[in-house]
Amino acid sequence: MSALYLLILASITVAAFFLIAFIWSVRSNQFEDKQGAAMRMLQDDEWNKN
Amino acid sequence: MPTIDKERNTIIISKPIVHTSAACYHCGTDCITNSIAIDEKVFCCEGCKLVYEILNDNGLCDYYKLQSHPGLSQIKPARSDKFAYLDNEEIASKLYKFTDGNHTMVTLYIPGVHCASCMWLLEHMNKLAAGITESRLNFTSKEVTIRYKRDAISLRRIVELLTTIGYEPYISLDDATQEKTKNYNKQLIYKLGVAGFCFGNIMLMSFPEYLSLDKGIEHEYAFLFRILNLVLALPVFFYSASEFFSSAWAGLKQKILNIDAPIVLALIITFARSVYEIATHTGSGYLDSMSGIVFFMLVGRVVQERAYKSISFHRDYKSYFPIAVNVVTKDGIVSKNLQDLQEKDVVELHNDEIIPADAILINGNARIDYSFVTGESEPVLIEAGKLVYAGGKQVGEKITIQVVKPVAGSYLTSLWNHHSFAKNKAEKNNRDSMIHVMSKYFTIVLFALAAATAIYWWANDPSKILPSVSAMLIVACPCALLLAATYTNGNLLRLLSNNGLYLRDATVIEQIGDATHIVFDKTGTLTQGSKQFHVTGHQLTEAEKAWVYNTAIHSQHPYSKALIKYLGAFPVTNLDKWEEHTGKGLYAEIEGSTIQIGSAAFAGVTLEQSGIQPALYIRINEKVTAFYIITEFRGEVTKLIPALNERYSLSLLSGDNDRQRAELQSLFGQNSQLLFEQKPLDKLHYIKKLQDGGQSVLMVGDGLNDAGALQQSNVGITLADDINNFTPSCDAILDAGKFAKFPALLKLAYSGKYIIYFSFIISILYNIVGLSISMQGKMNPMIAAILMPVSTLSIVLITTGLGSFVAKKSGLSLKA
Repeated sequence: MSALYLLILASITVAAFFLIAFIWSVRSNQFEDKQGAAMRMLQDDEWNKN
Repeated sequence: MPTIDKERNTIIISKPIVHTSAACYHCGTDCITNSIAIDEKVFCCEGCKLVYEILNDNGLCDYYKLQSHPGLSQIKPARSDKFAYLDNEEIASKLYKFTDGNHTMVTLYIPGVHCASCMWLLEHMNKLAAGITESRLNFTSKEVTIRYKRDAISLRRIVELLTTIGYEPYISLDDATQEKTKNYNKQLIYKLGVAGFCFGNIMLMSFPEYLSLDKGIEHEYAFLFRILNLVLALPVFFYSASEFFSSAWAGLKQKILNIDAPIVLALIITFARSVYEIATHTGSGYLDSMSGIVFFMLVGRVVQERAYKSISFHRDYKSYFPIAVNVVTKDGIVSKNLQDLQEKDVVELHNDEIIPADAILINGNARIDYSFVTGESEPVLIEAGKLVYAGGKQVGEKITIQVVKPVAGSYLTSLWNHHSFAKNKAEKNNRDSMIHVMSKYFTIVLFALAAATAIYWWANDPSKILPSVSAMLIVACPCALLLAATYTNGNLLRLLSNNGLYLRDATVIEQIGDATHIVFDKTGTLTQGSKQFHVTGHQLTEAEKAWVYNTAIHSQHPYSKALIKYLGAFPVTNLDKWEEHTGKGLYAEIEGSTIQIGSAAFAGVTLEQSGIQPALYIRINEKVTAFYIITEFRGEVTKLIPALNERYSLSLLSGDNDRQRAELQSLFGQNSQLLFEQKPLDKLHYIKKLQDGGQSVLMVGDGLNDAGALQQSNVGITLADDINNFTPSCDAILDAGKFAKFPALLKLAYSGKYIIYFSFIISILYNIVGLSISMQGKMNPMIAAILMPVSTLSIVLITTGLGSFVAKKSGLSLKA
């Protein structure tokens, strides 16, 4: 049953990773302009290809 | 009555266009003539064609592929030296976000942004001008951030380039004086994230407890799980819940018992008792419930706080004033900061510019549009030597004025600084809010019950005082009330905004529900920009109409535009002679006839003394035609007013004269007060009088001219054709296109109160059932653990469901 210790540790680590990812995404302004990002990804940029 | 539209710098065309004639390739406006064309593409004006040419030359025509007719009408070109003040380094530096002397970053607000093409073009600014290294658009807030090299391009050049391609930035005094307020509360999002993380993991760790595993061989793990729960609960209690602690503390400092106070009390007691149980090995505590409730309350708060970023509710007069003005000095014309403007300064004003301070007119034909200040939409003619007031807008040619009072001392600013603006209305609304009043009584009753329980056990079994009283306080936490209120309001805010009514915050919903009296402003509210035309005198023949059309088509004057609209399209012919006399009229010679279009004096006609005056006269040789522009009521008004009359008492305040009184009185009914020739302060006092008489006043007005009255009223609603344009201090903005839905929107806001009552009763029933089961000792921890989130979720579902149901029944759409 000592595997349980490992599993608990693993599950909390994974969850903590997602929490940190979430905080990072808010901090780096990824939620500032949701509409803009949605449009930007649909635009082909010819100059970047050349 | 001739009126001049409050012209905007850009006209936003986002509505579907009916293709009766060819649509402008650039902006989609119906083209009056097919003569402005290039590459087989038709344009409505030279401005639009110019933009196309610039983009074409730079290989940016993808702009037109992303969306058809993405552009903004260029029919009203900007004056060439409008942005000359940006050459003044002192003024320009206020707009810089960052500069190292060469590399510079500025953020400009561009109201015209509306589609994917706009974004694409604005993010390819570097292709249009060398020196711009990067441009990035925040679509939601309509702000473009541009990085550029100052040795290669000036800020003025960039702003002018933006203006040329149709995206004129809006630069105001506000940009220079105020710190930009953040779009949303990031701290709250962090708190929510942490609470969610901890809540989920605590639930996971609590499962063995629910399944009573601690009684078996896994007993060794039980204590570990409890300790882990406690560790995970610490950030919830000390960080995520701090939102409620600070609010409760702020309330207590002002001697107000708000809803957060009993919630905080319950949180503290839950936490303390859990720590005690875990430390003494007597139980597992209630950390799962505590973190769960904090999480759900934070979700509710985030939902409710989702602000409308593109709408700024907290602008003041500063956002209407320019950042700089042209001052005439010995060394020529100099741009000067508005704050540095002093008495005796001589200022030059061009068409459409706002008078920054009370001043004396020195020279020029002043036609001042005071609609911001007085509500009167007709421009006033001022003679040299007379006073002009701040907030007025010059229409027509350039004028020169001498400042007599500094900006801060002018009539408009003093109106703005009137005491009614000083008080913080939002704070007061919040304090008087229903849930805070309810929670106050709730808390008092709860304390009385807790005291009675304590006394009972003190007499019978003193060891049970602490467990029973703490259990009671934990269970009777008014979280459900707070949840019901936040989710109901959050959902209503969303529904209302989907239907064109944008509220400043949730307290406004309640204020709308409590309103008993609705006050309307006339100009711009009941009447609108679109007009009816009619002519008297000589009836024009088709040939003459074509002449008049060809004369007027070259003029940018609003009356000429109105005339074209009335006449319809005609083939373009060459004129033998064409002159525009600014402020007077047009003169043309065609096929041996002379055509004069303009004022009575210009056309050589004696004025008709009585009745409505024609907007202009058309004189072809000796035959005279009078052209009238009549302001119309908005189409919905005739249905809307009687519908509102059933529930509310109504008043009408107008800055205009009373020539439409009879018509309005029959519309409003005999019991309604109609007041004309009201100045802004009169309007404010009228509303104050109603409030002193115990009425709760909702005012529907437009623009800055009603700002005082809007602020004084319990709910001030601004009617706006373009919700991003003018939003002075008001509580809500109503999309003018959705005016017909106004009664339904009011009804929806009104229903909010009952939805909250209903869901609160449900949650009390939950509490009673839960409490009675647990008092009998029959509560299985597993059931309790399931019941807590289920009861919370059911409250959330009931509140959102009911709100949407009421909206649907009132004929409102659920989606944007």
